[in-house]
Amino acid sequence: MLKKIRVVLAWVFWIGITLLLLDFTGTLHAYLGWMAKVQFLPAVLAVNVGVIAALVLLTLLFGRIYCSVICPLGVFQDGVSHLGTRKSKAPYKYRPEAKWLRYSVLAVFVILLIAGVQAAVALLAPYSAYGRMVQNLLQPLYLWGNNLLALWAERMGSYAFYTKEVWMRSLPTFIIAVVTLVVVVALSFKGGRTYCNSICPVGTTLSFFSRFAMFRPVIDHSKCKHCKACELHCKAQCIAIGKDTEHIDYSRCVDCFNCVDSCKFDALQYRYAWGSSSNKAQDKDEKDILGTSSSNKAQNKDEGRRAMIAGTVALVGAAALKGVEARAQEAAKKVDGGFANLLPKQAPEREVPVTPPGSASVKDFYRRCTACQLCVAECPNNVLRPSGDLEHLMQPEMSFEKGWCRPECTRCSELCPAGAIQKISREEKTQYHVGTSHVNLDLCVSSSGQANCGKCAQVCPSGAIQMVKNEETGLLFPVVAEELCTGCGACEHLCPVRPVSAITVNGKFQHV
Amino acid sequence: MKRRDFLKISGAAAVAAACAPKGAQSGSGMTADEGPEQMLMRENPVNGDKISALGFGCMRWPMIKDADGKDVIDQEAVNEMVDYALKHGINYFDTSPAYLQGQSEKAAGEALSRHPRSSYFIATKLSNFGDQSPKASIEMYHESFKQLKTDYFDYYLLHAIGRGGKEAYRKRYVENGMIDFLLKEKAAGRIRNLGFSFHGAKHEFDAFMDMHDSGEMHWDFCQIEMNYVDWTHADGVRNVNADYLYAELDKRGIPIVIMEPLLGGRLANVPDGIARQMKQREPDKSVASWAFRFCATYPRVLCILSGMRSMDPLVENVQTFGHFKPLTEEELAFLEQMAVQMKEYPLVNCTDCKYCMPCPWGIDIPGVFQHYNKAITEGTYAQNTQQKDYAKLKKAYLVSYDRAVASVRQADHCINCGDCLPRCPQSIPIPGQLRRIARYVEDLKQDLL
Repeated sequence: MLKKIRVVLAWVFWIGITLLLLDFTGTLHAYLGWMAKVQFLPAVLAVNVGVIAALVLLTLLFGRIYCSVICPLGVFQDGVSHLGTRKSKAPYKYRPEAKWLRYSVLAVFVILLIAGVQAAVALLAPYSAYGRMVQNLLQPLYLWGNNLLALWAERMGSYAFYTKEVWMRSLPTFIIAVVTLVVVVALSFKGGRTYCNSICPVGTTLSFFSRFAMFRPVIDHSKCKHCKACELHCKAQCIAIGKDTEHIDYSRCVDCFNCVDSCKFDALQYRYAWGSSSNKAQDKDEKDILGTSSSNKAQNKDEGRRAMIAGTVALVGAAALKGVEARAQEAAKKVDGGFANLLPKQAPEREVPVTPPGSASVKDFYRRCTACQLCVAECPNNVLRPSGDLEHLMQPEMSFEKGWCRPECTRCSELCPAGAIQKISREEKTQYHVGTSHVNLDLCVSSSGQANCGKCAQVCPSGAIQMVKNEETGLLFPVVAEELCTGCGACEHLCPVRPVSAITVNGKFQHV
Repeated sequence: MKRRDFLKISGAAAVAAACAPKGAQSGSGMTADEGPEQMLMRENPVNGDKISALGFGCMRWPMIKDADGKDVIDQEAVNEMVDYALKHGINYFDTSPAYLQGQSEKAAGEALSRHPRSSYFIATKLSNFGDQSPKASIEMYHESFKQLKTDYFDYYLLHAIGRGGKEAYRKRYVENGMIDFLLKEKAAGRIRNLGFSFHGAKHEFDAFMDMHDSGEMHWDFCQIEMNYVDWTHADGVRNVNADYLYAELDKRGIPIVIMEPLLGGRLANVPDGIARQMKQREPDKSVASWAFRFCATYPRVLCILSGMRSMDPLVENVQTFGHFKPLTEEELAFLEQMAVQMKEYPLVNCTDCKYCMPCPWGIDIPGVFQHYNKAITEGTYAQNTQQKDYAKLKKAYLVSYDRAVASVRQADHCINCGDCLPRCPQSIPIPGQLRRIARYVEDLKQDLL
């Protein structure tokens, strides 16, 4: 019975969070947004005392229910191990606690968290890992499915579904998502909750409290026949049944109730057991196999960047040449119809990353963000994407090749569970100055006399751009009033110059 | 018109049709009292050419993507349409070296050359909009023969003159010696009729009529834009009313070819309220048939061009002209009323001729206008946030906009360079209209309406 309740609740949470990460229409977050906000690490980063207290209390009362029900990665692993051990009658065996590994990972994690190395934090945190997998690997499938429906709807003349572009937002993040999936599946397929009990920093943190849980599975020595049924079904591998001893490591128990369910002699019960002792096993001589260290790739990165700049310059040159060529051909014979070829836009180099309105500062944003990809998955304007910068790897940044940060949209601010993007209204959004536009007069078609443009000045929603006259050439060029510019990217997105716009946004450190 | 009168007239027409000689049979869309279809023919009073009142405009043929993803004309569909057209009495085909990204002449030549040359009339144009040097212009002229697989043109036009007046004309045709060249070609019999197509203001048209009167040039025919909206409701500043053009040409006995009888399809798909009134009078007749009958009611009209995109309009139009009934005075007055009502809608005057394309900055100009017009004529465009169904209409507009026009080719990307302005035969202030639509979309997105 208990197991059934657990399974049902786990499904509810897991489907809810997964849908939240898949949904791009912005309709679900009103109903399901809270499921992201009760995740442990985001709550810690958001200093959401209420949620943290509630989760600690929950664990103190009932054990690590969080890991079995609320954490989507935990539930996902349960699903995977269910598949992996379906046919086995005795899938698991007790394993001593990998103490050294657990605590050192947690220690490193806390140090990284305090130091603000969020990329490493996001690598380990369960909710971030799950969000990353869903956004990178599952959402494309979901979108393709949606696009099929949209195609069908278009045929039927319906507007119920609309096409949404599927695109690779960041290759490094995608690769990390694939690796995450492989590692998580590999660890859980036969190993149950190995990740949760030896690596997961949230699991380790909660284990401090679950040791003292008021309610927990307890073995009645008088009834126990030492048949090992519970041990063999414990996916946390925390039940040790000896010849005449029985032991449960409550620090690792995730309250899945498989043991309760498997006991045929009614010797195992989930009941009130406040203060009774727990650990008495032979947890020594552990050998950690999984000791890893993240290597430094800063130098490679620098080289990569240089190559990218060179590539960009070459592309710009080629594009310019191509344009000239095309025009020369055009003059010969003017025919009607057809489209001018448009090069896809490319992101410029930004010295300071642009982070969404609602983040107080770049530093604050990256300090709180858990890189769960929820905002990336939801951004209706295709502005947010995971950063490829090593410093902020996988954490979102803004760029405007496919759209700009529209004034009526505050969706990411409503969603962010970590408080990295504070909830703001449409009106408050105008108060956030997340970046400043800069004009590259060498590229600008107006200042070079190529065309009478002025697009950026026309579209700027805050009226920060004006066209002024170059007294020497008599041509107009745009100037930006920095104090008015909000960094929304309308000018950059709509600038006709391709592939890199002549007007680009650079981030601001402080936003309000 | 009262219903009784209507019955009287249609009854009389039925009798007239029944008495008409038997023509080619066609089953679709024919009602019992109409009798067999007989294509309405007109005779050129000057040379006796017997021309179908419905002409085939070769500017809107269907395009498909070839293996390389390039737009090419769907030749199979064209062949089918041309065969059907010839079989049903249509014998006038109007094309240009500029149409359909320069592919129209070749497709027309391909389809027509499968039939005896004497069974149809070819009209094509000197579309020297780009390079106006004598060499390029003569090359274009010769190329048309090759593409159309013929050694003479029945009707040859100076393409789209008028705007810029005599000055522009002199540049394109006189200074480069083209007019002398063409007159020699005419004398040699390779051009049977030399005329021009006109887009422009009244004084510009007058200049060309003066040339005719003074003997500087003799125009064998003239192609003008005429329909029940432009009859007296052309903008008057840059485009002249068709009633004036018609009267001036009629006075001089110059045969008239009509273009844009449907305003690029807009008169086939009129706003709901107007369509209802038409259907009330003629429940079985299409909305487009009114526009064709309007033009064909005027006797000086030699041929009415329709850029039929597929078999459906072709079959429908063959019916309209096969069972032709001229409009009565009362019906003409009714159409005038409809034209007045139509002006109430904020439609863009675009006929989807694509002369403006390609836009150097990649905007799909006709695509944006067609989508906007469609929403207005169908009554599916939101007017204010307080309106019932606002959310639904907003979604419908934005979703269908993205479907119709790729986002990088939408109105908000127009930089107002004005390259398109001189190319628009309708004199639409294109950048201004694009900006108006971009503003509307922006208001929709931000709920500011």
